Amino acid sequence: MATKGDSQSTMKFDKRLLSLDNALKTHRYQKDSLLEVLHTAQESYGFLDKDIMAYVAKALKLPASHVFGVATFYNFFKLKKPGAHVVTFCLGTACYVKGSEDILKKVETEFKVKRGESTVDGKLSVFTTRCIGACAMAPNAIIDENVEGRATSESIIKKIKEVKGD
Amino acid sequence: MRPEELHKSAEMEQELRTSYKFRINVCCSSGCAHFGALKVLKAFEDAVKEFGVEKICKVARTGCIGTCSVGPAVMIEPGDYLYESVTPEMAKKIVSEHIVNGRPIKGNLYSNSDFFQKQLRIVLRDAGKIDPLRMEDYIAVGGYSALAKALTTMEPAQVIAAISASGLRGRGGAGFLTGQKWNFVAKSSTTPKYIVANLDEGDPGVFANRTLAEADPHSILEGMAIAAYAIGSEQGYIYIRSEYPLGVQTLKKAVEQAKTQSFLGEKVLGTDFRFDVELRLGAGAFVAGEETAILASIEGRRAMPRPRPPYPAVSGLWGKPTLINNVETLANVPLIILNGSAWFSKIGSPVCSGTKCFSLTGKTNNPGLIEVPMGTTLGEVVYDIGGGVPEGRKFKAVLVGGPSGGCLPEDKLNLPIDYDSLTKAGAIMGSGGIVVLDDKSCMVDTAHFFTDFCVDESCGKCVPCRVGLTKARGILAGIMGGEGRVEDLEKLEKLMFLAKDVSLCGLGQTAANPILTTLNYFKDEYLKHIVEKKCPAGSSNCFNKQGKGMNTK
Repeated sequence: MATKGDSQSTMKFDKRLLSLDNALKTHRYQKDSLLEVLHTAQESYGFLDKDIMAYVAKALKLPASHVFGVATFYNFFKLKKPGAHVVTFCLGTACYVKGSEDILKKVETEFKVKRGESTVDGKLSVFTTRCIGACAMAPNAIIDENVEGRATSESIIKKIKEVKGD
Repeated sequence: MRPEELHKSAEMEQELRTSYKFRINVCCSSGCAHFGALKVLKAFEDAVKEFGVEKICKVARTGCIGTCSVGPAVMIEPGDYLYESVTPEMAKKIVSEHIVNGRPIKGNLYSNSDFFQKQLRIVLRDAGKIDPLRMEDYIAVGGYSALAKALTTMEPAQVIAAISASGLRGRGGAGFLTGQKWNFVAKSSTTPKYIVANLDEGDPGVFANRTLAEADPHSILEGMAIAAYAIGSEQGYIYIRSEYPLGVQTLKKAVEQAKTQSFLGEKVLGTDFRFDVELRLGAGAFVAGEETAILASIEGRRAMPRPRPPYPAVSGLWGKPTLINNVETLANVPLIILNGSAWFSKIGSPVCSGTKCFSLTGKTNNPGLIEVPMGTTLGEVVYDIGGGVPEGRKFKAVLVGGPSGGCLPEDKLNLPIDYDSLTKAGAIMGSGGIVVLDDKSCMVDTAHFFTDFCVDESCGKCVPCRVGLTKARGILAGIMGGEGRVEDLEKLEKLMFLAKDVSLCGLGQTAANPILTTLNYFKDEYLKHIVEKKCPAGSSNCFNKQGKGMNTK
């Protein structure tokens, strides 16, 4: 079982690891708590890298391949570190019908970044999501946790430039 | 709390509620909260203090009122005055004019009375009227009295009989008879038994279940507890999408509160019945809504469906008998127990009783959350409740049932909403999404969009879904990119019938619907793309360089 003093782990002991350890303990290291534990890990670290997944695998006595399989199966888990600012485009039906794909394409061109990736300087990541449930205000984009409803490409590009400090 | 105390508590809460002359309900569910409802709530709270009316006017944080397009929405009782697009500045003005001077501000009122006229709100009866974070609000409107009635006056078999007689069918989409499902699990002698409330509303464009959880979480818990009593279960799980943070928060709080007053836990309402509920978070997998996949996900595995039988009623969570119900189904249960099955079976159409909640979105004038009796026609939803198509455009199709639903044309608008009629027309009830499309929406593009979604969300276990849908997406992209051939259409149809017939689970079986219905009702549009190399709707995704870059493999 992995503990804070585990010599084989490359994980630095800090607040984030403490909350992960606490989650493992709360779930009594049960194998079927894997999803819950991964949720906590992502909440603390912001993403799941190889070290984190290996750590969880060891703690729950699961093959690392199983943990990797679960983490990659679910869209919610992020395996790469996101950029300093994040813009997420809703590609749910209502937003798509109202042109969110067009806005997204224009943002990709403007900031030279592809969906699911970050800009070279690491300042901006562009993600997509399937429905945030604000369909009545479609199309929507989330810029650093603020929802921009009834979006247009102009309004979104302007807002991104604002938060990025361009 | 004991049953007799519950009654007293409800009376006290009602008295407290009526001691206020006015009540300002501020919708703070996700849609409105995204657009500043919490600031509006704070502004109202400050304003009633500023004007010294806090003794006669209660400001309440509530769930969804339904008019999501004009959020933040605020409703003032008495008189149900509905203010639209309220800002913190307006809040002050509303308090001074409406509350202090008794003059509603006409210019800011929601003017479209038709939106509510054809609706019948029974599941959403208290949505927007009670504070979801205050269990006392739920008790005041009769909450948990159905559970008390079931536990103290009915045998488990009588509860099941009442649900069966009501004709309630599963609101998750497939429409299986709820009473029958309960009976299967109840009959099993294996223990323990589990109950799973399905709130994995993964369809893009659908938010009916989320809104229910955010507006009236205790109705779900009460339904679960009654179901658990009927089938003999002591442990329940609510499986909810992690993309619904407010819903998760609200339900978590509701479970905690219910435990403090013994609506959940050991000795529920002072009887020998015990029942506990835990939340399980999804992680963004559409397929996890399928009943065997949801079990895998709760057990901490990849959400991959498995063949049935054995059905979850026989072998579900950890191999034990498990009842899986959609949350909307469960929210109907307390009403049936309280008002009787005869009351329920009178609502709706002769073939299908009750109501159904839908999120109405797309090219409609009044997007929002609606609840209509079964048997309401699609036309009534699109034109009477939805107010038609905006910007003077022409109605083209209505998409019912999410990404695996069907696109129905104008001549199907007289179709009554019930499971069988929709399935016959090629759509499905699904979890409750209605998206209106106008003449600017390209049907090939729409079919491609949904197929792309299903390819993305396919778990990859069975070939017809994994390979068949990918092939279909390639053919559609080809047609959109100008490389389509007439024989593609036949190929597409064959492929989709195959996927429908032999896929392992509901995802693959219904993923064909958008393609099959658009092929059936809008074949002309496909042919225009193929023969004339033209997109009649003028979609920017057809015949451009980026269109060619779409996945044509």
